[in-house]
Amino acid sequence: MVIAGIAVITLFALLGLVLVLMERRVAAWIQIRLGPNRVGPGGMLQSLADTLKLLVKEGMTPDGADKFLFNLAPFIAMMVAMLLMAPIAFASDFQLWNLNIGVLYVTAISSLMVISILMAGWASNNKYSLMGAMRSGAQIVSYELSAGLSIMSIVVLSGSLNLNEIILSQADGWWIFKGHIPVVIAFIIFIIAVTAETNRAPFDLAEAESELTAGFHTEYSGMKFALFFLAEYINVFIVCAIGATLFLGGWMPFHIGHWQAFNHVMDFIPSSIWFFGKTFFLIFLIMWFRWTFPRLRIDQLLDLEWKYLLPISMFNVLLITLMAILGWHF
Amino acid sequence: MVEEIGSTAAGDIIINVGPQHPATHGVLHLVITINGETIQKVEPHLGYIHRSIEKMCESLTYRQFIYVTSRMDYLSSHINNHACALCVEKGLQIEVPSRAQVIRVLMDELTRIASHELWWGAMAMDLGAFTPFFHAFREREAINDIMEETCGARLTMNYMVPGGVMQDIHPNFQSRVKEFIALFKSKVSEYNELVTGNIIFQNRMKGVGNLSAADAISFGCTGPTARGSGVSCDIRKLYPYEIYDTLNFEEILETGGDSFARYMVRVREMSQSISIIEQLIDNIPEGDFQAKTKAVLKLPKGEFYQRVETARGEFGVYIVSEGGTTPYRIKYRSPGFSNLSALDHMARGSKLGDLVAMMGTLDLVIPDIDR
Amino acid sequence: MTIEALKEKITALLPSVLFEEGGQWPTILVEPADWHKVAVLLRQDDSLSFDFLFCLTCIDWKTHLTMVYHLDATSYRHNLVVKVKVEKVNPAIETVSDIWQTANFHEREVYEMFGVNFLNHPDLRLLILPDGWEGKNPLLKDFEDPINMIKL
Repeated sequence: MVIAGIAVITLFALLGLVLVLMERRVAAWIQIRLGPNRVGPGGMLQSLADTLKLLVKEGMTPDGADKFLFNLAPFIAMMVAMLLMAPIAFASDFQLWNLNIGVLYVTAISSLMVISILMAGWASNNKYSLMGAMRSGAQIVSYELSAGLSIMSIVVLSGSLNLNEIILSQADGWWIFKGHIPVVIAFIIFIIAVTAETNRAPFDLAEAESELTAGFHTEYSGMKFALFFLAEYINVFIVCAIGATLFLGGWMPFHIGHWQAFNHVMDFIPSSIWFFGKTFFLIFLIMWFRWTFPRLRIDQLLDLEWKYLLPISMFNVLLITLMAILGWHF
Repeated sequence: MVEEIGSTAAGDIIINVGPQHPATHGVLHLVITINGETIQKVEPHLGYIHRSIEKMCESLTYRQFIYVTSRMDYLSSHINNHACALCVEKGLQIEVPSRAQVIRVLMDELTRIASHELWWGAMAMDLGAFTPFFHAFREREAINDIMEETCGARLTMNYMVPGGVMQDIHPNFQSRVKEFIALFKSKVSEYNELVTGNIIFQNRMKGVGNLSAADAISFGCTGPTARGSGVSCDIRKLYPYEIYDTLNFEEILETGGDSFARYMVRVREMSQSISIIEQLIDNIPEGDFQAKTKAVLKLPKGEFYQRVETARGEFGVYIVSEGGTTPYRIKYRSPGFSNLSALDHMARGSKLGDLVAMMGTLDLVIPDIDR
Repeated sequence: MTIEALKEKITALLPSVLFEEGGQWPTILVEPADWHKVAVLLRQDDSLSFDFLFCLTCIDWKTHLTMVYHLDATSYRHNLVVKVKVEKVNPAIETVSDIWQTANFHEREVYEMFGVNFLNHPDLRLLILPDGWEGKNPLLKDFEDPINMIKL
């Protein structure tokens, strides 16, 4: 257990480095340029060098700031991200904490993220930060509803809140395939909502740089900024991991009905590769959004949630419940 | 003096956008009064890059002062130089050889495309889409390379002189321009796919920053800003200079009056400039590239005014001469200065996020505003 | 409208104005006291309708200042230049920003660069010069700045 814990914390640190590099390479690829390619083979050590730079930078605290809250905020962001790692099943027999209410736990803890952002924005004593924090608050609270409802639809179908059991219920096919169109709709809503929840473009209003300089982390520098930065990427990883677990079968290999030979070949691919492959595919999707779309305006952002996504996902949950009761899925 | 920190009545807060801020492409300082996300007032504070070019030009000769104007609107430096050269030629009544005229127009239109390219990328970046910037720069680089070969510079060209152009075009010029036209045509659909057709982009632009035709005229808006409101103000058509009256091109007009209309005007203008270049590139007449002029230019006593169409709107040079070798007074009528004055009117009542969309479509170049 | 017809029309409308010859466009000289009244007429008369003030500036002639207004009519495309002579000491003139809104910024620029005081201007503050600027107005001919100005 201790070894597994250490392994997950190491993974945590590594993920930050890998995702930052991945983001920069994906951005470079989309923007017809090269991206980092000088530090280490193929630029692999670039994010390590950046981390080193951030470590030795001075961690400034503005004079007018509420010092206690200002310094606390990045740690809350980090802790939330760490707590969320616990119930995730990385492979068929590797889960840190097999919690029977795993889904509930994830949704509950991830809403704590907004507290750290509000705290950072308020304590900075900066109008840009405050506006970014208020935007972020409105945004995360609204989009949590849609994200929650689309997660709920899978809970209804699988009949369990335990992440491991949800994965096992997909042994004969992932929910996205056997759940018909309603689950596909739920999946799309989930992806949109979690992109908004992690404050990533096109929903990055909390740090909309052309309007608010850097939003809630305008005043942060050095390692305190790096913690926010890292937490953002870990959150992206976690929401994608949850998405992969709920809709794409987690570590479950790709199986097609009664094609024994094919299924057998698929089983040979290690379960962790399946899990990380799916997760990184979703991460790539979210990065692709970021480098393609312009940013929404705050009223359009809330309109999208309250006028479109929420009614659709509510109706969708009803439809899926009906499907589950009547056994209309495969 | 405005109170920089603190708030005014009833929950309004004042925030400073600029002079160092990612939304302003330069050192523009806007003091914005907001209530929540809604803008109550926008107040530009200028002068961070004011070099008093008008005063400086009073002590420069008629050959020298042109080079200072490249530093004003640095994205359309050819057109600024062109205006000054035309104004001096008007005073001295110099006949410019037809080869020089064609080269000047070609350079102007290439500059216009380059300027619109940069605007397109920067405006998309204001709205939070970073990728178009790099795609726009791919084409802009090609233009800069052409400029570099012929003028020896990529930004402040200083290529137009009274009487013609400084030197003849590079032997490669025609083939390079044709390559550029082919490149541009193959990429222009990408622009529309990436930005114009995007639903988020359209929602951000449509109905934002409305400017009626009457207001556009009253605020002295020119160029694409006014043409987006349906005001015909293209100097190339209305008061043709050089050979523009012999060319076949269209004045782009949109009637929306919002940011999207201004966006469409600029995007469509790029194709018009391409069409002008296509008409001229194979028809550059042989002959001198510069008229014979005296070594020391002395403008007769009087006043000379030249209006030209830059990428941002109407640029005017007003020279008051006392008959000496240096101008007595020079006034540059810069398009950005007047366009900026409409910003407060447009922005009131809209959201903070809309402000960057408006500033983006006004295409502000700060050295042009401050001079 | 031809230049002659425009001149006739203006003479009929404003018998007191004088024409200045030799410019690119018809040029009229107006007394500062009459200027606002003349401007309203130029803007509102149906056959003139000068609705576009494309250039507003000032010239320091050492003995006096001259305000220069370049007007354009977007519906007829005729141009007119108006010159108003103002005093060198405590120059003052009526604002036209209520007629052409673009004059708001241009007059603020002339105010700080030449020290011309625009009466009834809604917001006559420094625009380009830094707040708290002291000393002379930079574009006047007798402006001296021993540190930043280079004499050739």
